[in-house]
Amino acid sequence: MSSPTKPLIPLAGLPTNELGLTVRDYEGAMSTLCAGCGHDSVTAAITQTFFELSTPPHMIAKLSGIGCSSKTPTYFVRGAHGFNSAHGRMATIATGANAANRELTYVGISGDGDSLSIGIGHLSHLMRRNVNMVYVLENNGVYGLTKGQFSASADIGSRSKRGVSNVIAPIDPIMLGLSMGATFLARSFSGDKAQLIPLLKAAVAHQGMALIDVISPCVTFNDHEGSTKSYRFTREHEVKEIETDFVPWQQEISMPHHKDDAREIVMHDGSVVRFRSVPEGYDPHDRQNVEEYIRERHERGEIATGLLYVNESSSDVHEMNNTPEVALSKLPYSKLCPGSAALAKLQEDFR
Amino acid sequence: MTTTVSHRTEGATSHQRVNDFALKLANVNGTGSASANSLLMQAIFRMGVPVSGKNLFPSNIQGLPTWYEIRVNQSGYTARALDYDLMVAMNSQTYAEDITEVATGGYVLYDSSWPLDASLLRDDVNFLGVPLAKMCLENFTSSRERVLMKNIAYAGALVALLDLDLDVIATLLTESYARNEKLLASNQKALRLGYDYARENFECPLEFRVAPLQATTHSILIDGNTASALGCLYAGATVAAWYPITPATALMDNFAALCARYRREPVDALVPGAPNSTQNNYLILQAEDEIAAIGMVLGASWSGARSFTSTSGPGISLMSELLGLAYYTEIPAVIFDVQRTGPSTGMPTRTQQADILLCAYASHGDTKHILLFPANPHECFEFAVTSFDVAERFQTPVFVLSDLDIGMNDWVVPELTWDDDFVPDRGRVLDDQQLSAIAEFFRYTNEDDQFVTPRTVPGSDSKGAYFIRGSGHDKFGKYTEVPAQYQEVVDRLKKKHAAAAGALPAPIEVRRDGARVGIVTLGSCDLAVREAIDDLAERGIAADYLRVRGFPFVESVRRFVEEHDECFVVEQNRDGQLRSLIAIETEVAIEKMIPVLHYGGFPLSASQVVDAVTSHRRVRP
Repeated sequence: MSSPTKPLIPLAGLPTNELGLTVRDYEGAMSTLCAGCGHDSVTAAITQTFFELSTPPHMIAKLSGIGCSSKTPTYFVRGAHGFNSAHGRMATIATGANAANRELTYVGISGDGDSLSIGIGHLSHLMRRNVNMVYVLENNGVYGLTKGQFSASADIGSRSKRGVSNVIAPIDPIMLGLSMGATFLARSFSGDKAQLIPLLKAAVAHQGMALIDVISPCVTFNDHEGSTKSYRFTREHEVKEIETDFVPWQQEISMPHHKDDAREIVMHDGSVVRFRSVPEGYDPHDRQNVEEYIRERHERGEIATGLLYVNESSSDVHEMNNTPEVALSKLPYSKLCPGSAALAKLQEDFR
Repeated sequence: MTTTVSHRTEGATSHQRVNDFALKLANVNGTGSASANSLLMQAIFRMGVPVSGKNLFPSNIQGLPTWYEIRVNQSGYTARALDYDLMVAMNSQTYAEDITEVATGGYVLYDSSWPLDASLLRDDVNFLGVPLAKMCLENFTSSRERVLMKNIAYAGALVALLDLDLDVIATLLTESYARNEKLLASNQKALRLGYDYARENFECPLEFRVAPLQATTHSILIDGNTASALGCLYAGATVAAWYPITPATALMDNFAALCARYRREPVDALVPGAPNSTQNNYLILQAEDEIAAIGMVLGASWSGARSFTSTSGPGISLMSELLGLAYYTEIPAVIFDVQRTGPSTGMPTRTQQADILLCAYASHGDTKHILLFPANPHECFEFAVTSFDVAERFQTPVFVLSDLDIGMNDWVVPELTWDDDFVPDRGRVLDDQQLSAIAEFFRYTNEDDQFVTPRTVPGSDSKGAYFIRGSGHDKFGKYTEVPAQYQEVVDRLKKKHAAAAGALPAPIEVRRDGARVGIVTLGSCDLAVREAIDDLAERGIAADYLRVRGFPFVESVRRFVEEHDECFVVEQNRDGQLRSLIAIETEVAIEKMIPVLHYGGFPLSASQVVDAVTSHRRVRP
């Protein structure tokens, strides 16, 4: 669908960030999704996140695949560079873009069809390669654009709008990530901006692939009684035992410390993710521990949210490959071409 | 019947043939024959004589029949020969068939450690028995060496029989085993065993032999995959993504090796006193599949890096969806398709030119791509460099259609040269300064005379930010479902594709006085067709030659077809894909072109072209 241009009403007195930009500068075109769609809340959270982080819009690359969620990059940060690719293939485009220019902040928006069915191979390998990007999976358990088929994240027993029960086991992207070697795994709910924004900020700060699985109800095809991805169900079954704050590195000095009961993770850029609360015995660095916790909650019919797993010590794709700090795309040709003398010498091997 | 000495047929020595013969070596794969065979080929090359080596190998690691053919020809006719003057029969599984392929009066060199079945003998062929297994059993102790050295021993016999230069051979062995003295000694010993046996038991050299020439002084011996990788290095490619596939794998392996050699930059240590380190000015991504490989190439190209992938037919099939995205959203990409035999898995270790139509129109909807057709490793190098310029100039995928014969066999080609003043054509990319000079940026406006519109890369000023979309878009880059707005963009793409014709390597045309026959061909058919044309001339048939080197076609292709009473199109596929493409795209009548098709999986021979042309003329004089 065509996106109408959002009218830019000059509002005096809007707060500005470090770049002197207002939140309006981080918005995009008007959403064409259904009224009440969870994805629009995620869009708003992303808008707010980049505004608050003062990320220069032109240094953001926003990518997506195909589906309702994949339409949303048009709706945030109009000054960012956008790539709406093919169904399930966003991870591959993002990998190549990041390979060529590591200086940008990459944010990929995908859905459960895009990520967990047609693109699950690419998502898996994106996590293995640890490409430095934020990957937002807007998860509603249903194919919206094709009108209501179950997706691979639909729970067993979840009922479709037509009353059919799903009988195939769901894929949990967090559990997938744990087995694929992902280094940042979080879950949130589109209706909870207070939780989502700090998670998005931490994901941006994370040096590697950061997956946020956002339960984002589909008001048109999956928000009815019997659905396990509805607003009501999610609100009633969400377990928020793991709560985090995000402290940008510039503000660290002025923030009060509560070192006794808070776990702190210093991110690659010096900012801090502070766990305000975790269940007793929970260790977000311990893969096995995290897996058990999620499984246990899932068996009780509960949805555990928060920053579930993080590993700040692993290398991203560039570190693994020992590439320069500067973008490969910016290397001058003189550094890349060995020249005629080298060619002549090299050909001694071919005689 | 047991025979360990040669018994020659009468008349075989009647004429001496210097530097004009063909050998075939029948081996079992995985037994170490490759090094012996390439040793022979390389020695002939170093003696200054034009030579080719064709490896006809199975899709298998160990135990199946494999053949290596060496053709020596001082005039440079080194396409595959079908008449073998000498067969080295080392594979009992294929003896019977191998022996039938030897030309009358020719020779069979076999391992006489065991008797050769009498039923395999031919009266019109000379049998040269060399007790290879027995020699190696007596002279080597390890079981591995006893197998491996049989190959070097037969090579030694051939050195004597073909009069190869022992010094050249010795130097080659020393170079090959510079780091392994023990292996060098074993090779030298095995070579001598075969050499001495031949000298003592046979009349050496044979009536066909090698004599030193000066015809390869300015040539190199190189395979197409290595040459393509070198081209990518020199073109300045920094991001490569691929999925392993025969016969394209060596292209990326070579690129990785070249990058390790030329793209590692020393970096000063961060801490004084710490050892200096290096950084890699490249990134090679081994993808999870070919879909991912092309996706990565598009992402990197979008971001302003020169990026490429190497694959074969099955990979192109998988890439098709994203190739359409690249075409429609105008993202450069370079794809090397080292063609193998299809359809489906086909015969992965056999050659064909059967991806022409697939690549020309890869993806759904109205798509058209740019293709380059190198004929040999020299052109692989040149076209690799050209492909990046063309891809960035026209902001679209460019395919370099090599094949297994070019990619994996060693070819004698003129040495590669490089102009240090070369400046890559990065196409129309607006930087921030250029952006600030324009009122507003829209992705698909402001076309030039080649119908190319300027792009920006991520990281440039927000004024140049836009949204790439594979969905319907207008010239402003905005989503559209309006027929006229949609058509305006795809119509420009068609014109842009046509405009690329002039930027591609021009067809090679060779005309002969009074020729009424024309032969159109492409790629690795080149040498066989040129030889066939010379052969036809001797038979009184003058034929003109045109080799297409790029698609879209320039006007001269259509003219060539129309100008000849009989125009043959020689290619290596079943369906006459080049012929169809010419008919579709130039609108010349398809009946004007007579298909000459070779598609069994082995490289083309001149005699096959000559036979096709002459038999057609017999039917329709």
